[in-house]
Amino acid sequence: MSRPALATAFVALLRRDFLLAYRRRTELLQPLVFLLVVITLFPLGVGPSPQLLANIAPGVIWIAALLATVLSLDSLFRSDYEDGTLEQMALSGQPLALIALARIVVHWLVAGLPIVLLSPLLALWMNLPDAGVPVLVKSLVIGTPVLSLIGAIGAALTVSLKRGGQLLSLLVFPLYVPLLILATSAVSAAVAGLPYNGQLGLILAGMIAALTLAPFATAAALKLSLS
Amino acid sequence: MNRFVLFFHKTGSPPWFYRFAGKLTPWLWAGFVVLSACGLYLGLFRSPPDYQQGESVRIMYLHVPAAWMSMMIFALMAVMGFIALVWRIRIMEVLTISSAPVGAAFTLIALITGSLWGRPTWGTYWVWDARLTSELVLLFLYIGVIALYNAYDEPRKAARAAALMAIVGAINLPIIHFSVLWWNTLHQGSSFSATGSSIHPSMLWPLLLMAGAFKFYYGANLLGRARLRLLKQDHRKRWVQELLAGESD
Repeated sequence: MSRPALATAFVALLRRDFLLAYRRRTELLQPLVFLLVVITLFPLGVGPSPQLLANIAPGVIWIAALLATVLSLDSLFRSDYEDGTLEQMALSGQPLALIALARIVVHWLVAGLPIVLLSPLLALWMNLPDAGVPVLVKSLVIGTPVLSLIGAIGAALTVSLKRGGQLLSLLVFPLYVPLLILATSAVSAAVAGLPYNGQLGLILAGMIAALTLAPFATAAALKLSLS
Repeated sequence: MNRFVLFFHKTGSPPWFYRFAGKLTPWLWAGFVVLSACGLYLGLFRSPPDYQQGESVRIMYLHVPAAWMSMMIFALMAVMGFIALVWRIRIMEVLTISSAPVGAAFTLIALITGSLWGRPTWGTYWVWDARLTSELVLLFLYIGVIALYNAYDEPRKAARAAALMAIVGAINLPIIHFSVLWWNTLHQGSSFSATGSSIHPSMLWPLLLMAGAFKFYYGANLLGRARLRLLKQDHRKRWVQELLAGESD
């Protein structure tokens, strides 16, 4: 039996993962509702002063995005691991990194992109000045793929564990530190009227580095979990 | 087979490694005791107090070497973990995971001594300074590696997962360090560079002696932990049975 071409396999994987995501749409909504609830808690906790909220807005929105992503990451490979699909995929002869990349792409489209789309609303809630909103959206557009990419390594490492979810957050949050710093500083710089291209450029560089390296690390971790 | 390759192959065998490490460990402990005795004597009695920081500067002789060790051990874990993953050498898996608690301990020492040093000099136990923060993140990375190892039931799989996490962490560590550095810094810059140091010899010598002592400590502690882990993993194998039988005679 001849092996289908890489692109064919990749597209087939994308379609399958999309279909699965569509059939589990209420599950996908949960992290987004979680995001909205977390953002709602901040004004309640620190007080509704518009100036205070504006100051902490970039950090709060980004941290909420981090939390929501990690929440959705735990299920990234879990059901496929438990019913044996992942094992069959690994045996299919297609590179495991390709399979991981397809899954990561779909994860970003169903978990990362909605955060990007919601972010103007979140900025409004948190009273972020208008100058910061486009930069917030931009930082999320290039930053949330990094969340999915790095998170996938953690998800693959913990997929065979019973209580992987808590461990997953412990593993990936330290790795998200540079992204959080750069993104929030870009938004704050934009609000202050300072140049912010440097920060966005670094995030973009990080995204490209993660895009090239993370699928292989994820594949290695999956192989280990399947062994 | 040349001698180096032979040595390499021998070290990969658990019984041989166990005996070799057992012979090496007392020497490493001796090195640690001698160097730290000299280093502490010079540091605590023979080096001058700082003209600004007074006697509190002596915390440096623990703080700086511990911080160096915390980073060096993580880097070593990544290197050993890479070897373990690529060539599947079990000794390397054992050494990688056995390094983690030692590294975490050094990170904790660096953080605690740093905060005690910060109180008299900066006026506060904790600030969100760049180096403190990246050291704290490093501690979380160590804890993550250890927690991942403990979460698996099968020791070899656990060690390989921990090794992979160590590699991913080590690639990120410089990025974390520089991003945090750029974010906020109060800490003084490094006094060392490739061209020399800006520290007076009376302070430099005890510092270097302590740094050497800590490396011996790491070696001794690591080999002790690795031997114990090997015994536990292989407790049903013949070489351990023979070893135990030999000791009970």
